[in-house]
Amino acid sequence: MFQIKCPYCGNREMTEYTYGGEANLSRPTRLESEDSLALTSYLFSRTNKRGIHLERWFHVFGCRKWFNVARNTITNEIVETYLPNEQPQVVEQTKE
Amino acid sequence: MSQPYRLATGGDVDRNQTINFSFDGKTYTGFSGDTLASALLANGVSIVGRSFKYHRPRGIMAAGVEEPNALVETGDNAFQEPNLQATTVLLHEGLIARSQHRWPSLAFDVGEINDKLSWIFPAGFYYKTFMWPARAWRFYEYFIRKAAGLGTCPDKPDPDSYDQRFAHFDILVVGCGASGLEAAVQAARKGARICLVEQSNELGGQLLHHPEQIIDSLLPADWLKRTVDELTAFDNVTTLPHTTVVGNYGYNYFTAIQHLRTGVTPGSKTHNPRQRLWKIRTKQNIFATGAHERPLVFNNNDRPGVMLADSLATYINRYAVLPGRSILIFTNNDSAYRLAIYAVKAGAEVRITDSRDGSEGHWVKQAATMGIRIEFGKVVVSAIGKRKVEAAIIMSLSSNNAAVEGAAETVPCDLIAVSGGWSPVIHLHAQDRGALVYDKDVSAFVAADGFEDQPSICVGAARGCMDYKTSLEQAATAGANAAFKVGFGNDTPTNISVAETVVTGATSPLWMVPAPQGSRVGYHKHFHEYQNDSTVADIQLAMLEGFESVEHLKRYTTTGMATDQGKTSNVNALGIAAQHSGHDMKDMAPTTYRPPFTPVTLGTIAGRQHGPLFSPERKTPMCQWHKENGAVFEHVGDWLRPWWYENPGEDKHGAVARECMAVRTAVGMMDASTLGKIDICGPDSAEFLNRVYTNSWLKLGIGKCRYGLMLNEQGYVFDDGVTTRLGENHFHMTTTSGGAPRVMTWLEDWLQTEWADLDVYLTSVSEQWAVISLSGPKSRDLLRNLVDFDISKEAFSFMSMKMGAIAGVPARIFRISFTGESSFEINVASNHGLHVWKALLDVGQDFGLTPYGTEATHILRAEKGFIIVGQDTDGTNTPMDLGMDWIVAKNKNDFLGRSAFDLPVIAEQSRRQLVGLLPIDKTTLLPEGAHVTRMRDEPFPCSTLGHITSSYDSPILGRTIAMGLIENGRDLINQSIFARNLDGSSIEMMVCEPAFYDNEGGKSRD
Repeated sequence: MFQIKCPYCGNREMTEYTYGGEANLSRPTRLESEDSLALTSYLFSRTNKRGIHLERWFHVFGCRKWFNVARNTITNEIVETYLPNEQPQVVEQTKE
Repeated sequence: MSQPYRLATGGDVDRNQTINFSFDGKTYTGFSGDTLASALLANGVSIVGRSFKYHRPRGIMAAGVEEPNALVETGDNAFQEPNLQATTVLLHEGLIARSQHRWPSLAFDVGEINDKLSWIFPAGFYYKTFMWPARAWRFYEYFIRKAAGLGTCPDKPDPDSYDQRFAHFDILVVGCGASGLEAAVQAARKGARICLVEQSNELGGQLLHHPEQIIDSLLPADWLKRTVDELTAFDNVTTLPHTTVVGNYGYNYFTAIQHLRTGVTPGSKTHNPRQRLWKIRTKQNIFATGAHERPLVFNNNDRPGVMLADSLATYINRYAVLPGRSILIFTNNDSAYRLAIYAVKAGAEVRITDSRDGSEGHWVKQAATMGIRIEFGKVVVSAIGKRKVEAAIIMSLSSNNAAVEGAAETVPCDLIAVSGGWSPVIHLHAQDRGALVYDKDVSAFVAADGFEDQPSICVGAARGCMDYKTSLEQAATAGANAAFKVGFGNDTPTNISVAETVVTGATSPLWMVPAPQGSRVGYHKHFHEYQNDSTVADIQLAMLEGFESVEHLKRYTTTGMATDQGKTSNVNALGIAAQHSGHDMKDMAPTTYRPPFTPVTLGTIAGRQHGPLFSPERKTPMCQWHKENGAVFEHVGDWLRPWWYENPGEDKHGAVARECMAVRTAVGMMDASTLGKIDICGPDSAEFLNRVYTNSWLKLGIGKCRYGLMLNEQGYVFDDGVTTRLGENHFHMTTTSGGAPRVMTWLEDWLQTEWADLDVYLTSVSEQWAVISLSGPKSRDLLRNLVDFDISKEAFSFMSMKMGAIAGVPARIFRISFTGESSFEINVASNHGLHVWKALLDVGQDFGLTPYGTEATHILRAEKGFIIVGQDTDGTNTPMDLGMDWIVAKNKNDFLGRSAFDLPVIAEQSRRQLVGLLPIDKTTLLPEGAHVTRMRDEPFPCSTLGHITSSYDSPILGRTIAMGLIENGRDLINQSIFARNLDGSSIEMMVCEPAFYDNEGGKSRD
């Protein structure tokens, strides 16, 4: 059972958090959504990555803040946590 | 004579403290310090259970948690507990134990016929046999269920209490054998905080029954005392005996079960809970969990009297029990020779059969010196004796281990002690996906090297190190190193305990004894896995049918899937499979180990969170009044809500009808405090609402209310409610009672992430406001008596809010209606709720004021066709599906779910739509959830048009009504369709608009 470093509260048990799906999805504007591929990809397509995965977590039994996590889905290692409006440091590694 | 197999001297039992217990109704005595197993053996009880599949008589095989056979039930009534290993149950005065899985008795068991018929029960028997015909499964299932399963559950609530606690340590040391103690002492000397856990009730591990093992020139008992004394003196060491670390969940998080009342008579008064679940977070971990001895696999190797050699040594030396007089030892390694020495000293006759060509080991030489008969190159091919071993048949083993040859000799004996080598207990290491490798020297799987940066390490026998000297060195280094890693001292151990070196010969793997040529039973009684009755023949069949991979093998033969998780059987099973498939053992990695290491009682997992503490119960400020006035409650989310109020002599139907009629004809009031309420403020509040609701919010006037639907991004309705503008930048939102936390989280999510630019603040105020919904044609006349402001129709219009005083306390009153009658939703501070409720009751007497519950509300709203999100919706409904196109502002550029409307799936014609349904027979209540077909009596299987979502008997209409989600439902209005009962019969009903009463809505505006 891993721990997650909340950017506001520090390291806490994973049971204090809830998972919020993939992070850094781009929500299409009304105009863009007429391109149904952009829309369906936003609504339904997720990467389901084996390796470093960028995902949203909510510190529900804590500060009630949403933030993002780069987690290795093989080992559950939390590589990094960052704020919703930020890009992760590991983004370069995740591009491959 | 009582305890005929007890030795006169020796052992850790207290002969002055006799303990009475019973097994299968017969009374016996044992001594303080005994386990149930040692006491049964002392009394000469050889059969303790029947095997799972073939009902073969089984005896005690092991002395610890690896015991596969001796599963018993203890206690009676509420204290009854099934499936306990007799080897881990401490004896206590009055202990009641019973064997399991036999009928009518242990000695004569009807199910034993399965053994004779074993040729029709091969691996996969149930899968292959009960497939056809498909509809007969229910018939088969009844008998299979009766035959399956071990033990019976108690039928009364558990009277014991259970506890849980969290703990944090620098270092966890699992296992208190020589290695664990040495590791702990080394780390403790450096100052690290240590948790030392031992599953047995005594510290010492194998040292407790290896009395000749000298360490630091001390006898084991003296070395143990010195070491434990040193550990006890440290403030930084927490020792937990009789505690099993059952789970390694990774990242240094462990669960352990502490037994606090074993050996105590159930029901006796003590302050202790029965068990405690420890949740332990550490920084470094040392697994000194030892090793389990493996049996050898030969014909009838499961007969009572076949025991593991080192376990037998445990009974002799620790419990002073010698369960036989004439012992045949069958081994493929040196460790069993120790037993030979102990047994001879205890007075038994011993003969040794060793499958190897020879050994120059220390104990082998000593045994030879003592005159014990040793035969190398021979194996036991079969045990003789059904209820107790009477003899063994011995033959010579061919040089390649592939066949037995020569003359068969029958050797009379009353015990066969077997040792097939040792399997390190790697469970905790492997549960966290620790790498395993096959170690040729120990003929078993061990933790792989090269992971020194990891926080966990196996030491001693758990690492495959079978001699004390090296184990102690390993443990000392690991202990010092772990302390160093967490910041204490250097990584050099101090004063390492030194054990005498013992030279041992190599273990020579022998996964199974070949069946003699022409043997009639072949491999059908070569048991490699005892608890699930899995034989070599089963593995051979699996291989033959192509189930070669370890994962397939396990599931096909069920080997390793019993409650002991194959502690004694895994490695043998893999060896046999490797031998048959021609694979190398290094390619036969075991299946993933999963927690728990030993079975865990459900009560321990529940801890104190059962009964009223299972989940929180939320109560409104008026709850006590409801209780005192006949309310029948229902749970809505965590809330306790009055379902209806029962007057004397009334039933549910009568009470609900009375409440409904009161609202329609006079006035009723309901406690609506459970509504979710969110206070929204900030300059961008209106814009925010405009984005989360489907309709427009920017121009809503101050003091005005509006109904809103929230969609998820897929375009589906997920909550609804009325929101009111309290000020330019201030709104009061209501949500469904159960949906409040979900909505709050959802709104926070958007504000914190996608729309961080919006200046909006959300506060949950659900519990700050008590809400009373006053509803009915006489509601205004009643309320007028209690408020200090004008509530006339002209001054206080429908869908608006006014602030003022009611019964002398400040209130926000909303003119919104969920019943379709003229209504006032009175919000006051929570602690004024009961006061206002009672004030309304006082005045209301003259108006026929009637409190009503949720059931009446549901009927009243259904008469109006108002939806309940989650009842009339199922998470796949758009506003259009619900006939609520009017609430979607299509001209708005963006709101949550807006873009999904462009998807073809949302626009397509054949979606399910919400419609009203009127049964042709006005008294027939449609079953909620029933499926709907187009044709009467359409034969099953047929496709469904949809289902009934709400169905009620409406008192005001004098008939039953319903709503349903029906494919193309709106096109079917005024047509007949059919609800289907489970028996296939049809109920005819007419499709209509989903509104049954006052369709123009004039009454709610009054």
